[in-house]
Amino acid sequence: MYAARLWASRHSRFLEQVYHAVNPSILAIVRGVTKLFGRRFDGAMTSIEAAAKGVLFDCKMCGDCVLSKTGMACPMNCPKSIRNGPCGGVRANGRCEVEPNMRCVWIEAWNGAARMKKGDAINDIEFAVDHRRTGSSSWLRLARNE
Amino acid sequence: MNNPVNDDVSVAEAFGANPGDPLPQLPGHVSHGRLERVLRAGDFAVTTEIAPPDSADPDEVLKRAMLFDGYVDAINSTDGSGANCHMSSLAVCAILTRAGYSPIYQLSCRDRNRIAIQGDVLGASALGVGNVLCLTGDDVGAGDHPEAKPVFDFDSISLLQTIKIMRDESRFLSGRPLDFQPKLFMGASINPFVPPIDNRADQFKKKVDAGADYVQSQYCFDIQMLKPFMNCALDMGLTERCFVLIGVGVLGSARNAKWLRANVPGVHIPDSVIVRLEGAKDQQKEGRAMCVEAMQKIKDIKGVHGIHLMAYRQEKWVGEIVRNSGVLGTRQPWAPEPVETTIGVAS
Repeated sequence: MYAARLWASRHSRFLEQVYHAVNPSILAIVRGVTKLFGRRFDGAMTSIEAAAKGVLFDCKMCGDCVLSKTGMACPMNCPKSIRNGPCGGVRANGRCEVEPNMRCVWIEAWNGAARMKKGDAINDIEFAVDHRRTGSSSWLRLARNE
Repeated sequence: MNNPVNDDVSVAEAFGANPGDPLPQLPGHVSHGRLERVLRAGDFAVTTEIAPPDSADPDEVLKRAMLFDGYVDAINSTDGSGANCHMSSLAVCAILTRAGYSPIYQLSCRDRNRIAIQGDVLGASALGVGNVLCLTGDDVGAGDHPEAKPVFDFDSISLLQTIKIMRDESRFLSGRPLDFQPKLFMGASINPFVPPIDNRADQFKKKVDAGADYVQSQYCFDIQMLKPFMNCALDMGLTERCFVLIGVGVLGSARNAKWLRANVPGVHIPDSVIVRLEGAKDQQKEGRAMCVEAMQKIKDIKGVHGIHLMAYRQEKWVGEIVRNSGVLGTRQPWAPEPVETTIGVAS
């Protein structure tokens, strides 16, 4: 949802705190479920992640989540799926060259990162996504160190 | 001896004896190219760009390149610019290297995935291309085939990283080793003139960190905007690590300027430029005069190492503009038919 995603990057500091508070328990739950049931609930857990992040960030389930490094703005919403943006085509009003009704994802990202405690991580270079992971869960991968 | 480099060093150093042969690679250089030589020698460089033809005729490419003889150090070959279909950038570069020119292979991520790109990078180097410019690329919707599938497997920064790995670690991304690595002077683009203005230097730094040896900027029609950006780049030490070529354009008329501003993504033209053009008797001549002035002013900015002159549909004026600007001083860049000492490098 576009409005929610703009809200998310505007409140990146708050979401960063939530992330740091909630992340260990999410990973613990995933590890617990894996221990008890193996991979039987992978599908369900992936759907939960997709729904939660979908509402809040317009998550595209790239399987390689970098939200905490990109000011809580999902780079996969960039029409060129740039992982190290912005491109040079941003309009003078800050909107996207390709989709004139959308604010540039990477302007949101840099602004969001500036509000975050560990926002400097946006200066790290992200390599291109591994397309084999598309549709898969970042939480599961993180929890299992895959 | 199976040496891919010309053995006759003295002649080759001067002129590139057989124009199609790569020059010997100098110590500390990453490429065989002339552009790297000029920049590392501390000279002020001038590059321009060629619009690849809608044609399969190689002579058309050479005809377009000839216009720049003796005035530029390297020629960019655009890669389906504006997502419009033209002769491939790599083919244009190959034709140019055969005649001895120093092309810059523009490589965009829009049309090719990582398998095709790495293959093309090897091919380009094998064909004698010494420079590459890594671009993300325009969206397909902007061009004449909006129904095409956009690829964007990489962005410009992962493209830089990939070529750096191939060049410096002599391997593919997969880890599979290369028998002979591509010798490429790696470039990237910068655009200090569009939002987020405050982060443009940070973005520049990411490109340098990813391996950019030089950058070429989008059209600069607003020198007041360039100055704070360059100050920032200087403070961050970027101009020590990377050569900076600032883009300038030749506006044909006020109408042309308004069209560019409205239709080409990332082009910023202040109203004052348009007002000045509108007030001129001969708008075309005024556009060229403004370009000359911009080049002179940009050369004086600390940290700038060269000019990238983009003269789309005004190519025939490139020589005159470069001459009138005086930015080359007494130096005359290399040309296929050398007159006196056209070596392109300070001796």
